[in-house]
Amino acid sequence: METLEILGKHLAVDKDGNLVNRADWNEEIARAIAAQEGIGELTDRHWAVIRAMQKAFDRDGDAPSIRRLTNESGVDVKTLYQLFPKGPAKKAAKIAGLPKPKGCI
Amino acid sequence: MRKLVILGGGTAGTMMLNKLSRVLNEDQWQITVIDDSETHFYQPGFLFIPFGMYGQKDVVKPRREFFPMRANVVISGIDRIDADHKRVILDDKSVVDYDYLIIATGAKIRPDQTEGLLDDEWGKSKFDFYTLEGAQRLHQFFESWHGGRLVLNMTEMPIKCPVAPLEFLFLADSYFTARGIRDKVELRLATPLSGAFTKPKATEILGGLLEHKNIKVTPDFGIARVDNERKMIVSYDDVEVPYDVLVSIPTNMGDECIARSGLGDELNYVPTDKETLVSEAHDDIFVIGDAGNLPSSKAGSVAHFQSEILFKNFLDRIEGRPMHSSFDGHANCFIESGFGKALLIDFNYDVEPLPGKFPFPGIGPFSLLHETRMNHYGKLAFRWMYWNVLIRGAELPIDSKMSMAGKVAA
Ligand SMILES: Cc1cc2nc3c(=O)[nH]c(=O)nc-3n(C[C@H](O)[C@H](O)[C@H](O)COP(=O)(O)OP(=O)(O)OC[C@H]3O[C@@H](n4cnc5c(N)ncnc54)[C@H](O)[C@@H]3O)c2cc1C
Repeated sequence: METLEILGKHLAVDKDGNLVNRADWNEEIARAIAAQEGIGELTDRHWAVIRAMQKAFDRDGDAPSIRRLTNESGVDVKTLYQLFPKGPAKKAAKIAGLPKPKGCI
Repeated sequence: MRKLVILGGGTAGTMMLNKLSRVLNEDQWQITVIDDSETHFYQPGFLFIPFGMYGQKDVVKPRREFFPMRANVVISGIDRIDADHKRVILDDKSVVDYDYLIIATGAKIRPDQTEGLLDDEWGKSKFDFYTLEGAQRLHQFFESWHGGRLVLNMTEMPIKCPVAPLEFLFLADSYFTARGIRDKVELRLATPLSGAFTKPKATEILGGLLEHKNIKVTPDFGIARVDNERKMIVSYDDVEVPYDVLVSIPTNMGDECIARSGLGDELNYVPTDKETLVSEAHDDIFVIGDAGNLPSSKAGSVAHFQSEILFKNFLDRIEGRPMHSSFDGHANCFIESGFGKALLIDFNYDVEPLPGKFPFPGIGPFSLLHETRMNHYGKLAFRWMYWNVLIRGAELPIDSKMSMAGKVAA
């Protein structure tokens, strides 16, 4: 099992580098992952997307694709890309402590 | 009479029809299949058409040739499913009742979903090869093309046969080399994925092949629109990729009849239990092939593996037994890599494509994630298998469950 060092802790991650244990996740960890991913300060709009992502995951057992994420979060695709450049669904899932969306098979 | 209705007489619907016709007693069961056209397309063959390797005759046959005598064949558009009343409404508003329904309406391309894609230039400088007409237009175009920038763009995932875009580029490399103009053609993949494919090991190997063949990659590219004036595709984060010819894999979606029935997700795919293949909303509806939302590849081979699971679960279901078969996401795809070679990948929900050998009784092992001539013959033989074995619902010498035999674990 690979681990990622975040805030001095070694947390288990999967082969995509996403957290394995949701219990390891908290807002501080999220901010640290965001920084590692090159996303600056997490604003309210970032948090709205992250929360929507977690909610969808808890309901569906899978992180939503970009298309579904726009429905779930009410944030349009253009803005999603501004908030989470280079693959909003992938990036937001990582920061939310969820596995990469399975949708892209 | 108990009534089974199958929606869609393509790859998956035809397979299920043939399998179930053999075991459901004719005095007790009426089996109906509904499709809007008389023609069955061998879609995997569309890949070869732009390069003149296949023509129309290789990929079309009359649908009825593959339907058993006893089947009640209805050629009509499906307007919607009224699941609460267990009936299907056709385009002319006539009604077909069912006790059990199998949804096999597949997926289709939707160029209308991307701003600027579907305009006058569609079929002139912007093409698809996921339809017969698209592939034929592209063939005509290539015949008289002298080179320039060819960009292949996948709009969004999931798509049918996620390796087809890579195969297209590998074949283009081979084709333009044979025509002596490869040095005048720039080949580029603009993809929403972070690399060549969706799974790590295969991405590494296929990415290496792209590099080796001098095919450039623009990763993490989420297309927002086509700028037709400037002949560029533009991403949501304002990356611009110029083209002379754009080959698009437009958004793939389930049929609109699924949306009209209120049975689909945001891409009109039917939410389906990924193991039992039963619709999540209605337990008298089964779903097979590209029409469902399973996290497995949308491929004919996958539909075939699903058909064996669905067959057993359907029989359990109608006999009132608990369903005991579960689908593991098994997929098995040849990847044409040009110059008469191909690779093979074999994987499921949990195990990514791995290198090694793939045992195949009678013909001998194929090589996994490795280019060989043998794999290329496998890919070409798939067409014969498709028409003669697969859609006729006969057994293939491959287990529906993925096996680790021969694979080298990472
Ligand atoms: C270019 C390309 C290359 C491919 N390569 C491969 C490959 O190498 N290997 C592989 O395994 N797979 C490959 N595939 C994928 C494979 O063709 C599909 O996964 C397979 O055909 C899915 O079968 P299906 O029955 O779910 O859908 P389909 O075969 O598409 O059948 C759906 C049927 O439903 C009918 N239908 C839909 N809506 C309605 C309606 N409202 N009213 C009436 N009828 C309706 C349609 O007419 C159609 O006949 C490829 C696909 C493409 C496009």
